[in-house]
Amino acid sequence: MNAPVILDRRRLLAGGGALVVSFSLTPAFAQDTAAPPAPPAPKPPGSLKDAPFLDSWIRIDADGSITVFTGKAELGQGFRTAALQIAAEELDVAFESLKIVTADTKLTANEGYTAGSNSTKDSGTAIQNAAAQVRELLIAEAARRLELPAETLKTENGGVIAPDGRRFGYGDLVAGNMLHVEAQPKSKLKDPASYKIMNRPLQRVDIPAKVTGGAAYVQDIRLPGMVHARIVRPPSYGAQITACDIAAVEKLTGVVKVVRDGNFLAVVAGKEFQAIKAMQALSAATTWQETAGLPKQDDLLRVLTTLPSQDKTIFEQGSQAAAGKTLEATYTRPYQAHGSIGPSCAVAQSVDGAMTVWTHTQGVYPDRAGIAEMLRVPPASVRLIHVEGSGCYGHNGADDAAADAALIARALPGVPVRVQWTREQEQAWEPFGPAMVTRLKASLDGDGTISDWNFEVWSNTHSMRPGGAGSMLAAQHMAQPFKVPDPKPLPLPEGGGDRNAIPFYKFPNARVVHHFIPQMPLRISAMRALGAYHNVFSIESFMDELALAAGVDPVEFRLKHLDDARGREVITMAAQRFGWQKGQNAPRDRGYGFAFARYKNLAAYCAIASEVEVNTETGRPRLVRAVAAIDSGQVVNPDGLINQIEGAIIQSMSWTLYESVSFDDTRITSTDWQTYPILRFNAVPDSIDVHIINRPGQPFLGSGETGQGPAAASIANAIANATGKRLRDLPLTRKRIKGAIDA
Amino acid sequence: MTTLKVNGHEHQIDADPDTPLLYVLREDLKLNAAKFGCGLGQCGACTVIVDGNAVLSCVTPLLLVAGKQVTTLEGLGTVTSPAPIQRAFIEEQAAQCGYCISGMIMRAQALLQKNSKPTDEQIRAELEPNLCRCGTHMRILRAVHRAAKLMQTADASTTRAERSVQ
Repeated sequence: MNAPVILDRRRLLAGGGALVVSFSLTPAFAQDTAAPPAPPAPKPPGSLKDAPFLDSWIRIDADGSITVFTGKAELGQGFRTAALQIAAEELDVAFESLKIVTADTKLTANEGYTAGSNSTKDSGTAIQNAAAQVRELLIAEAARRLELPAETLKTENGGVIAPDGRRFGYGDLVAGNMLHVEAQPKSKLKDPASYKIMNRPLQRVDIPAKVTGGAAYVQDIRLPGMVHARIVRPPSYGAQITACDIAAVEKLTGVVKVVRDGNFLAVVAGKEFQAIKAMQALSAATTWQETAGLPKQDDLLRVLTTLPSQDKTIFEQGSQAAAGKTLEATYTRPYQAHGSIGPSCAVAQSVDGAMTVWTHTQGVYPDRAGIAEMLRVPPASVRLIHVEGSGCYGHNGADDAAADAALIARALPGVPVRVQWTREQEQAWEPFGPAMVTRLKASLDGDGTISDWNFEVWSNTHSMRPGGAGSMLAAQHMAQPFKVPDPKPLPLPEGGGDRNAIPFYKFPNARVVHHFIPQMPLRISAMRALGAYHNVFSIESFMDELALAAGVDPVEFRLKHLDDARGREVITMAAQRFGWQKGQNAPRDRGYGFAFARYKNLAAYCAIASEVEVNTETGRPRLVRAVAAIDSGQVVNPDGLINQIEGAIIQSMSWTLYESVSFDDTRITSTDWQTYPILRFNAVPDSIDVHIINRPGQPFLGSGETGQGPAAASIANAIANATGKRLRDLPLTRKRIKGAIDA
Repeated sequence: MTTLKVNGHEHQIDADPDTPLLYVLREDLKLNAAKFGCGLGQCGACTVIVDGNAVLSCVTPLLLVAGKQVTTLEGLGTVTSPAPIQRAFIEEQAAQCGYCISGMIMRAQALLQKNSKPTDEQIRAELEPNLCRCGTHMRILRAVHRAAKLMQTADASTTRAERSVQ
């Protein structure tokens, strides 16, 4: 080790015996303690910077069993498996031997939200470095016991081995609080060329239970004495109860309790179907005063560009040269739904004033803060345990369901309460992906090169996640309601509405303005890729419009404006593997499209080429095939990465071709799969090919959200190529395509 | 009391006859696999097999399945001894969140029991009622093709699937 182990000062002062072990491992420490205070040391990488103790990440028991801890959650993205691969690789133990504990306010580090494609970058990096440093500590301890230089020892399959064959299992070596030491800034990481577990397509650890009926989801929790709750939500935002006949519902078979707190209304029954019937009865027994407060659904462009906004120039370079051919275009995105297949669910139990909530929240700690505030209790009396739910793709109803469960469980001390939302509640009340407008203007010089670029984006914030109680429906609906927190634009470089608004291409003159709209006519929050979905759709559609105007092949046009070597490589690979030819002509009624982005301008690189078929009679589009190239830095699990990109392309295709939340002046009207249609098997592509460019030893870039924007633009460009008509308003529906063809 | 045959076992169910089969399976029989997705028969997450046919358990009242053979994902195989179709889904890593997968497998299983060599078009048409939100469709299709091959090579008479699904 090239720097001293930093010990926990409290434990050092308390004189913990096991620390002596750590002490003796690091002779440099003795010298260092005597030295005058040094300037602040560089922080260890990833989430270790906020949770530096090694045993926050890796625990080794005396019997040799090893547990990995992560504050991130499994959302179906395969993070559990990736974290185990990283830990097993750096610890030199068998992958199958490890256990893992995920997000739990009692057991794991506070890693904020599992969001932004940051899990491998934050938590994976922390686990990688913690595991490497634990391995070094174990080697040092073995060296001490064997009286051999550490350099002569090696690790293998959970043990340290001496040149003469003597072996210590990790469990034999670890003692007391030996791993309760702070991580150092640098770790001796393995040479990627020697990887045996990372960069291998290991099978995911969660899939066997999911395909055999194991208890895999929060929906599957059954606690002794558990009761079933259903919520009766208001029919629209802001609706107030004017009358509610609770007594009649409480007489129904199986009903345990009706819980009412202001406009929060729920019914609890012994059996699930009794709860459903009681919910229906309670709903019928309640009248509401509603207010018409929603904007016109077909007028979002005007609504968004006329609502008060805070305008900020977020990027400016060069001057605004008005030369050559100038193009302008406006693109819009409607409100879109996460649309989890399983409506939100949570289980809560209040025992002796301590509340436990099992939830599919993406942020156990922030959600705990919100629930504690709502219940007006100290956060320490509330424990949140993440249990996987149906895929969420951002901030859906999971946090709200957790708050619902806690509020109801408080009214039934000791009794575990399971709350299950209905399909209609999920689609009416989840916080949607915000509607957006972008306006682009660019000029081409005589050489067919972009000489100036103007980009404006109008958007709400893209995160209203808890932190405060007021983020959650239950707290908003209580008799003493919590105010919805003021929305804030998410800061760059990651950004929210302006995520990926700054071009990754090199333009001599460029200006980007973010119009942040504080008013939120519809409930909104984070949805996979945030503003990057629409901004990349806009930029990459407009790049094709400019390429067409310049008479340059779209792939060549992109390369002409891009310096970044890794970006150029994914573009080139996607084009080659697709069979992209300059001057190509797609077969009749088909089109080819291309798009590229580096997610957040700092995460994974992704390029997607697609072939789309358009039925010119009906306007119906179908993605026939897509070819993607992805550079996500060091790959942990190639098949997991491919699975994520395949999913991103298909999900983004569904958003792009079919999806928009519908509403009248008062209510959300897209409340099931008939009124909010998504992709079905009849429109699934013939093939999707994902090609990975691995970057051994480079930082993990995170890739779960990287495909959303490029997929949308690639498909839009292919539709334009097929029809000769450019569609700029999402979704690119059959009706709109037909309208454009006939125009 | 209603008599219900699930995965080869007979149960006496104390629930109202209008109770959807889904809740009987999940609550009375403590079976996890069939999932609540919509309660409207629109998404297929609750799909089980009744007398050889794929059925949406969220809109099928208990009354209508009394005395019939119900098979859920649990009846096909286990983690330690997965049925061919379960093996196929594991080998193809055909899940992301996996919430829809039980329904996908049951509908595909019902198809493969009737048509051991379906075409790609037939599989797509059959799976039309089932929604997946993660975008795992390509893998699901591959897994069903793989399952068809595995089921042909497996000794059909000894698989749990064949014993329990009638």
